Amino acid sequence: MEVIKNIESEYLRTDIPDIKIGDTVKVSVRIKEGEKERIQPFEGVVIRKRGGGLKTTFTVRKVSYGVGVERTFFLHSPGIEGIKVVSHGKVRRAKLYYLRNLKGKAARIKEKS
Amino acid sequence: MLEGILGKKIGMTHIFSSDGADVPVTVIKTGTCYIVQKKTLDKEGYNALQIGFCEKKDEKVNKPLVGHFKKANIQPCYHLREFRCADIDAYNQGQKVSGSDIFKVGDFVDVSGRTKGRGFTGVVKRWSFSGGAKSHGSMFNRAPGSIGSSSDPSKTYKGHKHPGHYGNERMTAENLQVVAVRLEEGIILVKGAVPGPVNGILEVKRSVKKASKR
Repeated sequence: MEVIKNIESEYLRTDIPDIKIGDTVKVSVRIKEGEKERIQPFEGVVIRKRGGGLKTTFTVRKVSYGVGVERTFFLHSPGIEGIKVVSHGKVRRAKLYYLRNLKGKAARIKEKS
Repeated sequence: MLEGILGKKIGMTHIFSSDGADVPVTVIKTGTCYIVQKKTLDKEGYNALQIGFCEKKDEKVNKPLVGHFKKANIQPCYHLREFRCADIDAYNQGQKVSGSDIFKVGDFVDVSGRTKGRGFTGVVKRWSFSGGAKSHGSMFNRAPGSIGSSSDPSKTYKGHKHPGHYGNERMTAENLQVVAVRLEEGIILVKGAVPGPVNGILEVKRSVKKASKR
């Protein structure tokens, strides 16, 4: 197990901010189109974090043109250019799946003061 | 070049490739191995190297085997295996070798090992039969079903798929790519799964079907 930990630690990223459930984040995703590479932002609420170490993933939910969109990222993936925490949310749950059933004003999350 | 080496399965994890893709890998410790015996074209009729892996104490080995290892001037090993080698002169008896010296990133390998023993197993697990419905009054759940015709031929054909012992047999996972090599620890990372439990002994050989880029 020690060996595997050592291998995984080499791939861990140190430039990732501390993300908490309920935070609104802007994830800059690297997208490859043939030869060219461009960066696409994905902004939304962190509704889930799971795994540990290199296996940590987080899910960001946003509502795009009335349709709920969720994307799950590896926290330490090199495919992420950067993560910016836009605001800290005040939530009382570890998984915000209830947001899927809410729309508009009800789906807002109070900001942490 | 030595065609294969012995190793130990450490476990699985995943790493990220340079283009950001997530790659499942098996960690195999392939060192330190020792060259116990050189078999030559003149004496044995073919060129090969006998590899020893996992040292053990002298008193755990019988005297003829102690002598065998003494010739190479090394500690006795638990596992001995022979691998073909064309340029046998490049290696010396008693020399240390490890998979990280033999394989490079991008090489393809075949990994053989003994699969996990599963005991007496039904046909659904052993032969991937689909079985019947679990509910809705179905009385045909995981049974094998028909095993042949009636009075003609009045027998079940040989080799028919039945329940029975499954696992604990030699298996080879072919064409696995070496994703990373860690020289100082003698560890190679291979894409995908390999047979056997963690701490199982594996043979890692150069791929037979897929040529490595050299």
